[in-house]
Amino acid sequence: MLKKTSWLLATAFTVVLGGAAQAEWQPTKPVEFVVTSSPGGGTDNFARIVQSIIAKHKLMDQSVVVTNKGGGSGAEGYVYAKGAAGDPHKLTFGTNNEYLLPYVAKLAYKPDDLTPVAAMALDEFLLWVNAKAPFDDAKSYIEAVKAKPETLKMGGSQSKDTDQTLTSLVEDATGTKFIYVPFQGGGTAAVQLAGGHIDSNTNNPNENAAQWKAGMIKPLCVFSPTRLQEGPKVTPTMGWSDIPTCKEAGIPVDQFQMPRTTWLPGGVPATAVTFYANLLKKVSETPEWKEYIERTSQTGRFLAGEELKTFIAQDDTKNKKVFEREGWVVR
Amino acid sequence: MENFAPLMHGFGVALTTYHVALMIVGVLLGILVGVLPGLGAPNGVSLLLPLTFTMDPVSAIILLSSMYWGALFGGSTTSILFNIPGEPSSAATTFDGYPMAKQGRAAEALTLAFLSAGFGALVGVILITVLSGWVANFALQFSSPEYFAVYFLAFASFVGLGGASPFKTVVSMGLGFAFAAVGMDTISGGLRLTYGFNELLSGISFLIAVIGLFGIGELLLTMEEGLRFDGIRARVAPRDVIRTIATMPRYWLALVRSSIIGCWMGITPGGPTAASFMSYAFAKRLSRRKEGFGKGEPEGVVAPETADHAAGSSAILPMIALGVPGSATAAVMMGGLMIWGLNPGPMLFIERPDFVWGLIASMYLGNIVAVLVVLSTIPIFASILRIPFAIIGPVIVVVCFIGAYTVAGRPFDLWLALAFGVAGYIFKKLDYPIAPLVLAMVLGDKAEDAFRQSMIMSKGSLSIFWSNGLVGTLITLGMLLAVWPLVAAAAGRLARAKSSSAAA
Repeated sequence: MLKKTSWLLATAFTVVLGGAAQAEWQPTKPVEFVVTSSPGGGTDNFARIVQSIIAKHKLMDQSVVVTNKGGGSGAEGYVYAKGAAGDPHKLTFGTNNEYLLPYVAKLAYKPDDLTPVAAMALDEFLLWVNAKAPFDDAKSYIEAVKAKPETLKMGGSQSKDTDQTLTSLVEDATGTKFIYVPFQGGGTAAVQLAGGHIDSNTNNPNENAAQWKAGMIKPLCVFSPTRLQEGPKVTPTMGWSDIPTCKEAGIPVDQFQMPRTTWLPGGVPATAVTFYANLLKKVSETPEWKEYIERTSQTGRFLAGEELKTFIAQDDTKNKKVFEREGWVVR
Repeated sequence: MENFAPLMHGFGVALTTYHVALMIVGVLLGILVGVLPGLGAPNGVSLLLPLTFTMDPVSAIILLSSMYWGALFGGSTTSILFNIPGEPSSAATTFDGYPMAKQGRAAEALTLAFLSAGFGALVGVILITVLSGWVANFALQFSSPEYFAVYFLAFASFVGLGGASPFKTVVSMGLGFAFAAVGMDTISGGLRLTYGFNELLSGISFLIAVIGLFGIGELLLTMEEGLRFDGIRARVAPRDVIRTIATMPRYWLALVRSSIIGCWMGITPGGPTAASFMSYAFAKRLSRRKEGFGKGEPEGVVAPETADHAAGSSAILPMIALGVPGSATAAVMMGGLMIWGLNPGPMLFIERPDFVWGLIASMYLGNIVAVLVVLSTIPIFASILRIPFAIIGPVIVVVCFIGAYTVAGRPFDLWLALAFGVAGYIFKKLDYPIAPLVLAMVLGDKAEDAFRQSMIMSKGSLSIFWSNGLVGTLITLGMLLAVWPLVAAAAGRLARAKSSSAAA
């Protein structure tokens, strides 16, 4: 509780002092970027892009060291950050798993042990099927699942993680039942779908883009309140903005997105939080960052301070509901 | 041969002074990280990655992949000299490489290892040049049941491989499976065997186990035996290297067989580790000098090294074409692709042929450069063994612990390595084989995941393992291999009974 109070105070300070406090804190030694995924994962790319932008535009005087602590679906990194309480030279990169993991596994940290700094992007989720599948829209696919419950296979990354949560949301909203097959990562789920071994997956745009471009798989709808940003055509006939939202396609799940978040350990000065929030804000305004967002078809959205806190609280409640319904919550 | 023209273009891209210089730098750096156990290729490539941010993608991938080849060769060096595999896939090289080094034949073992590794890599690259389209599509046919069948094949070919008693082999393999299970489980999302220790969240690294079991365990044994290396007397002359090169054609059968196994495992994609273990097992079964295996048989070095590198290089293609990294190092490189603005996947061949064929051409050149560089370092490395044990022993301990620490930067791993060292010593004393434990640790969790995914897909029916020709053939072959020792023993007994009854 004490931790929570100090965290609230820190946030309050951030809001009150704003930019004025920025000059008061500067890193005095190299900053460690703690990545809560293994090398090559989505979070790893996120952190390394930020690192490369900081280096290129010389946004910080101190150098950056990236370390991967992806054990236990990222829990290793968060436990490490908890252990570094009071050290503002360790910036942890993650997703919403920071506050969701402790629900499904007994871990040695609580979400409040870390101080949220900023969310920089929202990764989108789509419903994909094999290109040869006889479904042209989400509706006909859902009908097929309804007709034969527990026969069609939905693949995803890991267990009790975002993909399975989304699958559960779809099942609940449409009264269907899939066989959920957990794979090691989104990349494997993409290849399994291209090879026709599973019937669908809910991969992020970036995980499936190459297979879509090659005409091996096709998207049915996107779990976003609005269509994706317009960009160049991916296939001869379609671009990301041509994909209907799942709500308009007949699946009443209007929003499911995964924030790309950054955290400091607990007990750090509020001025340090402001420093990193401003730093990351600058990163998010560079052309390289915009290019990364566009190439990975994420939604660029910078959240910090009070806004971020509200977002986390909402996201937390929404996911918790699914975890409780599925009986995934430990103890 | 429609790939010939783009390949020639690729050579044009790769064969510039700048790129050849990058290859040499990459290979040298790779050897450096490869000989330090634990630092290894994935860490080395991650360290180098920030330097490539500003480079042209083709140059960057040439530098990183050359470093990868260098690290693979460096990993074999420590396997042979100190019984410490630098990479999981060079674990099988220790079985005969280290005994050879102890007998004073380190230069011979290193030369054989490097040459056969180079041979395997070239076969792998030629294969992907000729069959690039087919290979990518073939890998698409693999799903969980097929993966399980490939791993099962690897286990089956290793079980009943003689030497230790079957009971001890099973105990050792069982322990390996248990160690592999520690950490977060993919299928259930739950934590297993962590007993509330945060340090065990990410599981027990294979590298920590081998540094302990092989490196430290071996040192304890050497100390007990009187603080000396048997190889001290051996003189190393550059002549030895050349003489060994001349003996290479003698192993043509092992080279060809191991290349086939390696390429098959590379594209299927069972991976280099499964390939090297399988190749070693086959060499031992089919060799005329079975008894020599494990005691310093050159063929026992040639077989795993050839297969390891054949698999390593032929696995690159599915990685580019499908966008699925086959190893930790490949994952780092793919992360690099993203940062350089490329999207790995089927379209890379069409969108950036200069990049893909430049990479493939650099695999030819990089491996040739690597073989030349490592061959010239043999006298230096082999003479390390002539340093008195009182000096080199402590150095190895330090290197082992530095290596254990660099794997993940956790002090806890040092204690773990020490515990594995004691376990390795006890294993040797009680004559338990270590190899099955290592194999089970490397492939155990992958095999388990694949099996449980298959069971989810089939709702618990084992018939999924015979659901198509590919998986059916693989699993039947695996079962035949598993029971083969029993059949052979029964047949032998039958034949003896017959001959004795005929005599009577």
